[in-house]
Amino acid sequence: MVPPTDSKANDAEQSIGNVQLDVHLRIRRIGYIDATGKVHGALPEFADTQELIRLYRAMVLTRVFDEKAIALQRTGRLGTYASSLGQEATPVGVAAAMRSDDVLLPSFREHGAQLWRGVSTEELLLFWGGDERGNDFKGPREDFPVSVPVASHAPHAVGVALAMRLRGEDRAAVCVFGDGATSKGDFYEAINLAGVWRLPVVFVATNNQWAISVPRSAQTAAETLAQKAIAAGVEGVLVDGNDVVSVRAAVETALAKARAGDGPTLIEAETYRLGDHTTADDASRYRDDAEVSAHWKSEPLSRLRQYLTDQGAWDHDDEEALLADCAAQMEVATEAYLAAGPWSPEAIFTHLYATLPADYRDQLAALKREMIND
Amino acid sequence: MAVMTYADAAKTTLAEEMRRDPLVWCLGEDLGRGGVFGQYKGLPEEFGPQRISDAPISEAAILGAAVGAAMTGTRPVVEMRFADFALCAVDELVNQAAKARYMFGGQTKVPLVVREPMGMWRSSAAQHSQSLESWYTHIPGLVVVCPATPHDNRGLLKTAIRSDDPVVYMEHKNLWALEGEVPDGDPIPFGVARIARAGTDVTIVSWSATVHAATEAAESLASEGIEAEVIDLRTLWPWDKRAVFASVEKTGRLIVAHESVQVGGFGAEVAATVADALFGKLKAPVKRLGSPRVPIAYAPPLEDMLRVTPAKIAEMARTLVQQ
Ligand SMILES: Cc1ncc(C[n+]2csc(CCOP(=O)(O)OP(=O)(O)O)c2C)c(N)n1
Ligand SMILES: [Mg+2]
Repeated sequence: MVPPTDSKANDAEQSIGNVQLDVHLRIRRIGYIDATGKVHGALPEFADTQELIRLYRAMVLTRVFDEKAIALQRTGRLGTYASSLGQEATPVGVAAAMRSDDVLLPSFREHGAQLWRGVSTEELLLFWGGDERGNDFKGPREDFPVSVPVASHAPHAVGVALAMRLRGEDRAAVCVFGDGATSKGDFYEAINLAGVWRLPVVFVATNNQWAISVPRSAQTAAETLAQKAIAAGVEGVLVDGNDVVSVRAAVETALAKARAGDGPTLIEAETYRLGDHTTADDASRYRDDAEVSAHWKSEPLSRLRQYLTDQGAWDHDDEEALLADCAAQMEVATEAYLAAGPWSPEAIFTHLYATLPADYRDQLAALKREMIND
Repeated sequence: MAVMTYADAAKTTLAEEMRRDPLVWCLGEDLGRGGVFGQYKGLPEEFGPQRISDAPISEAAILGAAVGAAMTGTRPVVEMRFADFALCAVDELVNQAAKARYMFGGQTKVPLVVREPMGMWRSSAAQHSQSLESWYTHIPGLVVVCPATPHDNRGLLKTAIRSDDPVVYMEHKNLWALEGEVPDGDPIPFGVARIARAGTDVTIVSWSATVHAATEAAESLASEGIEAEVIDLRTLWPWDKRAVFASVEKTGRLIVAHESVQVGGFGAEVAATVADALFGKLKAPVKRLGSPRVPIAYAPPLEDMLRVTPAKIAEMARTLVQQ
């Protein structure tokens, strides 16, 4: 044991008995454009009209993508699908704040972010159609694929940030997951590790108020998810997740801090899952319709449209043209997706090891023989 | 005689045991609305949130808490929803539940059931489809149960809940809707195999959903004059060596068929045990049939390629009988 220095002895003396410790707990909540389209405070620098229109277009494309994907699933042409209806501002805002060489680690509701970062609509359809080729992105080569086991990508984000630091790169990792994911040990261990090593990583908890059938109130007794950061010595920030400007501003600030070597941030983006958990779910079995309709009033698209309209920057014709544009883009993607044809059986083998061990050649040959026999 | 689905059979037993013993209780994610597969439907209403408790997404804490609660005199039934996600918590099973009785000098017991729905279930991809039963057979202290029929799911779950040892209870997701006769609700003892079909020419040992593929294969072989005996092990640990030996002594030929990866599968244990004990009585080499050692593909045609089908089993049996 190290003998106490004088000052430590003093501290010890002062803390004998029951004393009040003032622990610093503060969470900022960021909100610029409210549900009615009214602006609070001055908008951040990036938010000129042109940029806002770009963000709006990305959110609309995300919604149209969701609609098309659900339609394809319903007609048996896509696998189980997780829509982001009502949450579009969060993934789009996150992606817009990132640099292209940063790394995104999404959960499974972030197609808005993936599209912004250059994953194609066709690749996304391929993946959700049950074809792993869809995860072989032509665009952001180092972005991670969808994370299926909840919160398993939070420790990976720590590793991504570690690798960046080890290689002396000026880059950061952004990891997005749900409210339910913040109950996992993976999440706590990841923010703790990132905090103590001051790593360039931003964690975004998309609080859509539900984890399948479990409401946010049954997930944790904590008043906010953002405050979970505090115990790890990490800054926690609360943001209106339905305002794309707020999300982007919060993530930009956190990324600047991360790059400056000042460590990670946990951002809780408050939003609402307007749809079912996935196409395999029927939320009406456990959730009140009245609750859902109330949340439609604060969804992310109409507020930005309202704001742009008020600025004279958007009108009915613009909207029609945009919707037609997105629909056309989805038609092209769908056609390409449906024409892609099934992956070759060999792929399961060839993508398993750097060099296929000899024993597999026999297994593959046996399978091929069986397929010919069938 | 009652006809029930595989899912309802387990639910009926669970409700019965919960009524009988107030210390039987369940915990897991999405149990409040009746479980992701509806396998707890109606139970939250009957037993309330303390005994059908809806947990946050915290598999390690769920299983860890259940170990503690089991060592404190209750009988938890843990729902892991997918065997794949139980891996988040498997330390609790392997290092804790399985070891506790021995390491506490026999002072404690861990009467715990861990339900781990397993297996391929149309296009669920590599992290929702695995059959990992052989892993657990490797761990001293664990019981491993893989029911194939509604009747067995009723009787084996009863034994599992009453067991004073930790039981890994692996239901096959593709069997939830399977209907079958459930003559009674009696407990079915561990380590007693079921002869799913009697035969004299070749023995096919299997468990879980593959038993049905084996039975189908046996039916088609019968039309060719080959009589296959299908043995459903029901429990992998303990497993019924006597029943398997008796059958192979009669047929002289053995195939072990399972859905999980063939390499290092439990089929290897059965094959080696039989080869050792009945070396002189075998008319042909002992054969195994399982999945290639690859992840389960997402795309239906690729997924199908990995299945152990009746056709593959029948083909192997034909070859053996001709030898
Ligand atoms: C480790 C693990 N446990 C359970 C599941 C099953 N599961 C899939 S999504 C989900 C809910 C996730 O909720 P949340 O984190 O809030 O994300 P959201 O679905 O709302 O986007 C659950 C429990 C899983 N995929 N992984
Ligand atoms: Mg959620």
